[in-house]
Amino acid sequence: MEKHYTNSQVKGVSTGTTILAATFDGGVVIGSDSRASIGGEYVSSKTINKVIQVHDRIFCCIAGSLADAQAVTKAAKFHLAFHSVQMETPPLVISAASVLKELCYKNKDELQAGFITAGWDRKKGAQVYVVSLGGMLVRQPITIGGSGSTYIYGYVDAKYKPDMSRDECLQFALNALSLAMGRDNVSGGVANLAVITEEGVEHVVVPGDKLPRFHDE
Amino acid sequence: MAATAAMVPIFGQQISSKNDLVPDWTSQEVSTGTTIMAVEYDGGVVIGADSRTTTGAYIANRVTDKLTPIHDRIFCCRSGSAADTQAIADVVTYQLGFHSIELDEPPLVETAANLFKASCYRYREELTAGILVAGWDRRKGGQVYCVPIGGMLVRQPVSVGGSGSTYIYGFMDSNYKPGLNKEQCLELTAAALSLAMERDGSSGGVIRLASISEDGVERRVILGNQLPKFSTH
Repeated sequence: MEKHYTNSQVKGVSTGTTILAATFDGGVVIGSDSRASIGGEYVSSKTINKVIQVHDRIFCCIAGSLADAQAVTKAAKFHLAFHSVQMETPPLVISAASVLKELCYKNKDELQAGFITAGWDRKKGAQVYVVSLGGMLVRQPITIGGSGSTYIYGYVDAKYKPDMSRDECLQFALNALSLAMGRDNVSGGVANLAVITEEGVEHVVVPGDKLPRFHDE
Repeated sequence: MAATAAMVPIFGQQISSKNDLVPDWTSQEVSTGTTIMAVEYDGGVVIGADSRTTTGAYIANRVTDKLTPIHDRIFCCRSGSAADTQAIADVVTYQLGFHSIELDEPPLVETAANLFKASCYRYREELTAGILVAGWDRRKGGQVYCVPIGGMLVRQPVSVGGSGSTYIYGFMDSNYKPGLNKEQCLELTAAALSLAMERDGSSGGVIRLASISEDGVERRVILGNQLPKFSTH
């Protein structure tokens, strides 16, 4: 009946989620919402974890088909652990990202999953990498993904500064996720965040009713 | 609720745009894939738009004026099909002018908005038009009405539309608060449009702004090299 396409399955391959990762002075914040939905009509999980630890100081966020993403991260975890044992040193963030990229690129015809990899290593410090759907790998100071990300491009472009403090960056990430969840019907639930620094990893979970609130029309 | 991205007409593309021998702009409809915005303040409204009109990948007009006067103190911001929105705006301008003469009074913004809605809803299957109606009248001051594709009508204190609008919902939600004055509204609109133009391929060019109040209409243009800049990454 409608002439224009509002169905996300026709519009593009990103499915219901909002994920982001941002570097700050000394570390990186990575986070996502927690909703899994079927076709945008049914919420199949309100508390799904999309921030997956692939090594001690390396996390990744998944977007796209959850089944594909989980399969790829499982394979990537294995490859990374093996690589780490062989090299006798903690893996580099770029290695984790490259492993994901190889899997995504070699199997691009079958897979529909994108990743944001963030972490800390001794060589380059805090880093964020994005592996897009076709298998492109790019490093960025900050990146956002998923269907909810379209609504916060403007906010992120305006508000992100490369050398924020840890607390500022955490607040910024929470604000961004909250704004996206407020506009995207397939993103929601709780905000799952991880703060990764040289010292370690801190998990922050903010339930829906404690999220930052903005002026409501 | 705003027009969705990339207005692609579904009626007959016999020559595929993927065929390199035939450029896509020979078969694509002229679209104001765009970013438009309107904000109410105490005493009037501020409206703004980018200036890009595209036929596929070709920019047919890079200095378009999408802020169309409907009456002395009522404007509309157009997004969607350029032809459809121009036609509707012409019809409404005529209807409103006639109504205003009959009434012997300046027309209400709500009246203009309802006229847009009437046309957009009646011909909803044929049209692709997302319109923001904004203006000032004596009864309710500054008002912004949103008439998206499909022909809904709703009044909002601040509204964005067009393909570029999706990128600035977050920015708008976090930066707008009730009680801004005219200068703040102008800055907010310019910043929001600038951010959207940076991300949306169908929006760009210059920013056209207008503020409408009891005293009249003030128009200004922000050229490409004067656009607000944000930290690039």
